[in-house]
Amino acid sequence: MCMTCGCGKGNTLTGGHAPAQKRKPGQQMKYRAHREGAVHAPGHEHSDSHGGMDFGVGPAGAHAPGLSQARMVRIERDILAKNNDYAVENRRYFSEHGIFALNLVSSPGSGKTTLLVKTIAALNGAQPLAVIEGDQQTDNDAARIRAAGAPALQINTGKGCHLDAHMVGQAMQRLALKEDSLLLIENVGNLVCPSGFDLGEAHKVVMFSVTEGEDKPLKYPDMFSAARLMLLSKCDLLPHLDFDAGLAEENARRVNPGIRVIRVSASNGMGMEEWLEWISSGCRNAAAARYCITEPELQLAPTQL
Amino acid sequence: MHEMSIAESVLQIIEDRARADGYARVNAVWLEIGQLAGVEKESLRFCFEVVTRDSVARDARLEIIETAGKGWCMECARSVAVAARYEPCPYCGSFLVRVTGGEEMRVKELEVE
Repeated sequence: MCMTCGCGKGNTLTGGHAPAQKRKPGQQMKYRAHREGAVHAPGHEHSDSHGGMDFGVGPAGAHAPGLSQARMVRIERDILAKNNDYAVENRRYFSEHGIFALNLVSSPGSGKTTLLVKTIAALNGAQPLAVIEGDQQTDNDAARIRAAGAPALQINTGKGCHLDAHMVGQAMQRLALKEDSLLLIENVGNLVCPSGFDLGEAHKVVMFSVTEGEDKPLKYPDMFSAARLMLLSKCDLLPHLDFDAGLAEENARRVNPGIRVIRVSASNGMGMEEWLEWISSGCRNAAAARYCITEPELQLAPTQL
Repeated sequence: MHEMSIAESVLQIIEDRARADGYARVNAVWLEIGQLAGVEKESLRFCFEVVTRDSVARDARLEIIETAGKGWCMECARSVAVAARYEPCPYCGSFLVRVTGGEEMRVKELEVE
């Protein structure tokens, strides 16, 4: 359809798609007479009923209103391109310094901070690490991490519902990350928004506690499909609950066939060994792959690798 | 509510281009949003209207082109339509479907003055 006057249909394709027709069936199209000098895309012509015939190519090869000087410009830019540019910078830094970065995501209250505290205690200084904590308000979580003996920086997002790569980049500078270290980024508790924002991490790790519903992966599929690893947390409570852990894992695999699942409990230590081994192998790979990551690999979010 | 961040990013892209190329006004914006991009279109429209007030794109028409979700079924070894991430392959019923398209979020075109 011509955007200048609304005449005809099917002539304009934007990226191969026709714009949605708003006109209801049977309703008359309202025509607006062209002003002199109006130009139309090739193959697009008007009847005499609204002014002179005119053919031509607009600046974008599509539309070209005349006297108003309005014109179409192609942009073709990813909406999250700015975030992704920052994420690439973060990933480059991680690669050059052999840092293994994880982005921990979950709904609020699934036990991310508790698991981190236990993880720090279990590593007991054997692995240099730092933590970035994201919450809307308060410094409580960073304080808990510092009390556990690791450097931590709190980012308060205010009204924001997720961390973005720019925030993480700034936090990294202030934390002075060590060579070949582990960076744990605890995102804002939210199973929706953080899925779309690449922070430059190696992997997203999604936590899902057994006090939630087994169908959580189906309700929030974007997050579960973006994650490489799912930690099913609070598993020490399983005997007391009517929760089918097998079904929960099956649901996660419906959304993401390649997701790895570890059942953990920060309280009784279940699964901690496997989780720590997964971290250690990631750290070894990151240290070994220092500078080996190619430019195209840096550009890709972990879900695309 | 990350539609608000997305709307702000769209405005940022528009303003960057407007500054670089000297547009006084943006009348219409075409976005391409994949079916699996996790964006609520009506919410995005609302947020777009809010963030573009007092900007070069105030009262701009927002056109959203939805692109279909696509995936690769590892069992059938073929490309299949994916309406939602948890859906099985329409041919064999397997959940071994990897999403290959429909996650785009792009500013495609602007009508400017």
